[in-house]
Amino acid sequence: MHEMSLAEGVLQIVEDTARREGGGRVSVVVLEIGQLAAVVPEALSFCFDAVTRGSIAEGARLEMIALPGEGYCMRCERTVPLQSPVDACPRCGSGQVQLTQGNEMRVKEMQIEPEAPDERRVAAR
Amino acid sequence: MCNVCGCGTGEVRIEGLSIANERAQMLPVVPGLGQGHAHDHDHDHAHDHVHAHDHLHFGQGPAHAHAPGLSQARMVQIEQDILSKNDGYADANRRRLAQRGIFAINLVSSPGSGKTTLLVRTIEALGTSLSATVIEGDQQTANDAERIRATGARALQINTGKGCHLDAQMVGDAIERLAPPDDSLLLIENVGNLVCPASFDLGEAHKVAILSVTEGEDKPLKYPDMFQAADLMLLNKIDLLPYLSFDVERALAAARQVNPRLQVLQVSATTGEGFDEWLAWLRAGCAAVRRVPAAEPA
Repeated sequence: MHEMSLAEGVLQIVEDTARREGGGRVSVVVLEIGQLAAVVPEALSFCFDAVTRGSIAEGARLEMIALPGEGYCMRCERTVPLQSPVDACPRCGSGQVQLTQGNEMRVKEMQIEPEAPDERRVAAR
Repeated sequence: MCNVCGCGTGEVRIEGLSIANERAQMLPVVPGLGQGHAHDHDHDHAHDHVHAHDHLHFGQGPAHAHAPGLSQARMVQIEQDILSKNDGYADANRRRLAQRGIFAINLVSSPGSGKTTLLVRTIEALGTSLSATVIEGDQQTANDAERIRATGARALQINTGKGCHLDAQMVGDAIERLAPPDDSLLLIENVGNLVCPASFDLGEAHKVAILSVTEGEDKPLKYPDMFQAADLMLLNKIDLLPYLSFDVERALAAARQVNPRLQVLQVSATTGEGFDEWLAWLRAGCAAVRRVPAAEPA
C-alpha cells in the first residue's frame, strides 16, 4: 500500500504545472499506469481524493489509462503481451523477454478550468 | 515521502548534519482521513480571507493570474513521470561524474547480504592501484562509514531517517561534500532494501545487486524490479555453500528469468573467492570513463 505517497507525487506535479500555467482549478487529471506497475487503481483513486482535499485539484476527476504489459522476445524477435514482469514468452516459452511496457507511472495531462469567483477560495489554498 | 513504499523522507542527515530537504518542504500537508470536520473549518476561513482582498490582489499572485481571453477549460499536456524530479537530479549527477571521469556504482541488496564487508575487501584488494571513495546509506548510525574509513578510504555516511532508499538529491549533496578525486571509483552503498532503491536513479553507471546464498534462490522472482534494474549481480557468501542447501543454478535461472542481460559473478567477501573477476569488472568500468589514460595498464 504505497498509493498514498504516489498520490502525493501526482499532486505535486499537478500543482507545479498549474502554477506554471498561471493557476486555475484543476478538474481532470489523467494518468497512464502500466498494468504491471505495483499500483492498485482503486486505492490510488481513493488516496487521490484524500490528498487533493483543500488543493487546487479538490474534486478533480482522476482518469487512469491502463497500459498493458508488453515485452520483446529475443527468440521470436517481436513484441509479445505479458501478464507479469517475469513471464516467459507466450508464443515460444522462452524466458529471454525484455519488458518494454507496463511499468509506467505517468501524469499524462490535466484539465484546467477558468477561475470563477466562488472557486477562488479553493485555488488560494 | 517515498513514492514507492510510503516511507517518510524527513530527517535526512549527512554525517549527522541535517540537510534541507526541498522535496519534503514542497509536499502539501495531507489532511488525515476522517478529519473532514477540521478540514471544512480551515477551508471556510481561507475563503473569507481571500474574498476580503479580492480586488487588491486580483490577477497578481501566481495562483490568481488570469490570462486575457482565458475563458474556458483547457487540457494541459504533462507527460511527466511521477518520479521525474528525482530523475532530473540523477541526470545532473551523471553529467558531473562523467566530467570528472568518475565510475560510480550503486550497490543494492537486502539487509545482511554482506555489502559493507564486500566493499571493505574490495577497497583493500584494490590497494593503491585505484582510488576509491564510498557513500554509505543507512537509516541510522555511522557504523558502516566507520568500517570503510578503517581501510584508509574516504567515506561519507548518509542517514535517511525514516527514508527507505537513497535518492539522487541526497547523493548529489554527498558527492559535493565527499569530492571524489578525478578518474576514481565511487561506491554507493544503498539502504538495505530490495524494493524502493530500484525506482530511484542516483546517476550511477550501474546498479549492482548483491544476493547472498543465505537468502532464498527465488529472491529475484520475489523482487523482480531490483534485479531488472541491475546490470550485474554478485552472488555473495559462496564460501558457505557446503553448509547450505542453496541451489546456485536455480538462483541464476531465477535472476536470468527476470533480467536476461544480467551479468553474474560468484564471490565470497570473506575468502576473496571470485574477486579477480569482480575487480577486473570494476577496473574495466573505471578505464572506460577515465579522462586521462592510465600510465600503465591495470
